[in-house]
Amino acid sequence: MRVLLVLPIVLPLVAAGISMCLFRRPTLQRMLGVAVMVAVVVASIILLVRVDSDGVAVTQLGGWPAPTGITLVADLFSAIMLVVGTVMVLVVLIYAIGQPGTSQTSPWFHPIYLVLAAGVAMCFLTGDLFNLFVAFEVMLSASYVLITLGGTEDQVRTGMTYVVISIVASTFFLTAVGLIYAATGTVNMADLAGRLADLPDSVRSALGLLLLVVFGVKAAIFPLFFWLPDSYPTAPSPVTAIFAGLLTKVGVYAIIRTQTLLFPADGNGTLLLFLAGATMVVGVLGAIAQDDIKRILSFHIVSQIGYMIMGLGLFTVAGLAGAILYTVHHIVVKTSLFLVSGLVEHLDGTGLLRRLGGIARRAPLVGALFLLPALSLAGLPPFSGFVAKLALVQAGLATEAWLIVGVSLAVSALTLFSMTKIWAGAFWGAPEGQAHPEASDARQRGPRLMVGATAALVIASLGIAVAAGPIYELSERAAGELLAPAAYIEAVLAR
Amino acid sequence: MIVVTALVVGVLYALGTYLLLQRQLTRIVIGLALMGHGANLLLLLAGGRAGRPPFVGSDEVGPVADPLPQALALTAIVITFGVASFLLALAYRSWVIDRNDEVEDNVEDRRIARLADRREEAP
Repeated sequence: MRVLLVLPIVLPLVAAGISMCLFRRPTLQRMLGVAVMVAVVVASIILLVRVDSDGVAVTQLGGWPAPTGITLVADLFSAIMLVVGTVMVLVVLIYAIGQPGTSQTSPWFHPIYLVLAAGVAMCFLTGDLFNLFVAFEVMLSASYVLITLGGTEDQVRTGMTYVVISIVASTFFLTAVGLIYAATGTVNMADLAGRLADLPDSVRSALGLLLLVVFGVKAAIFPLFFWLPDSYPTAPSPVTAIFAGLLTKVGVYAIIRTQTLLFPADGNGTLLLFLAGATMVVGVLGAIAQDDIKRILSFHIVSQIGYMIMGLGLFTVAGLAGAILYTVHHIVVKTSLFLVSGLVEHLDGTGLLRRLGGIARRAPLVGALFLLPALSLAGLPPFSGFVAKLALVQAGLATEAWLIVGVSLAVSALTLFSMTKIWAGAFWGAPEGQAHPEASDARQRGPRLMVGATAALVIASLGIAVAAGPIYELSERAAGELLAPAAYIEAVLAR
Repeated sequence: MIVVTALVVGVLYALGTYLLLQRQLTRIVIGLALMGHGANLLLLLAGGRAGRPPFVGSDEVGPVADPLPQALALTAIVITFGVASFLLALAYRSWVIDRNDEVEDNVEDRRIARLADRREEAP
């Protein structure tokens, strides 16, 4: 049980080191990466099953008891996020291996990608605020390199914005950790939960809001989202896909974790609901004017972060369960949409709608792979997005938060508009002005691994819709744990 | 002593913020470094009053300084250093490409803004 908590972090890190030594042997690098990620996925699934049956899993690194040592801890919420996250890392890795281009020309892609995987896993598993900072840095440093790996003019320009804004947020995080330690004398989250409650209200609110700003930048919530639609689209498709699917959601995870465990009594609910509504509206309106598929999808990441924050802002079991279900659905669907946009760029050499057209006729499979997750994103029944939005709307109605429910439904309609715009611009119509009119049939189908990986994700998103009942029940149990953190605190401090 | 250190922290943050708002990437890097130093000093301050011995020896020396903030600051320094070197490499790359290190506008945003201007001018 204990070793399961360490494996998802240590395995990719060790493999990254080995992979770096193998820079002359790309085939071995790929085999190593896939093998390690398969092992991590298996470990995470076993961890989820064990946590669901036996309760919160805890291990103290180096044998130092909490709150002195660094704690690794998995409750249901972190186990769910870990499983979904590692599966995404594996699928996108397979897609990247199948894609001719960046991932193969640079020998450093595989090691850095594995470091990213380790950082993400550490974010989900750590029970220590400072270790969370370190985990963010591991993840972000890897992402800085991945986003500028090509070294082209565009990548350097947008990479700068991304790196600078991330470092500013990290400095604020460090400041927050320092202030929290000065106020309470501990950085262990379970220990903090008790000690923060003893602080004066004003001090605690200030600390809570500082952390909200920090994670708000990482999660791209209103008004701290501006860096995202600029920086994500220029990276290679697999990199954009994994960033879109995972990195902002790590921020959302941190917001949910800190707001429920550390600052439950502050009444941030109304503020969070306002931020959620503004995030949804601004994101979806930003997408309307865009012409590039990846830029449209990037603005939609912002818009959908709002739904997750909405579930948290309600501060009920149903609301949080909806937020968790929505996050799981969003990670799968968003990643698959970015993978499809990568396929489109691979087929026609561009992602600009004004230059695309008629893909549905030439490559019907790619068309289907876009249509299913796009409708799911807009929340049409019977797809996973509908189930997730239904859960959120019901939770909103139960607490009589009419305004946010109305906003979320209106934004759904606008999301459908954007998806229709991509469909009409890229997939319908006559195949005019394509970059590769001479392309052969084999090219039009796309490389098998890329299509296979994308199809696997689309099927997984359909699977979420089919198994919505059990998954919602699991989310509900996880939400119950989040709102009653006594078991979590006791499990961490007992050893 | 604590007041002086706290003032230094404030000045470092203020200077860092000012430099961060400039357009040259080299200034931004220096600004981020200053803010990082401010944060590290703040961590050190979080450990309590200065002047206590750093660890427990065999003699009775009374209260010792809290070692944890020092460990945290050390970790943070390493991270800030690594990230700053990466940013400098990025600034160099930008200079190699187009001989300046100014942070540029978002091209696609400019295009869409121009599109909106044209529509307003049209009758």
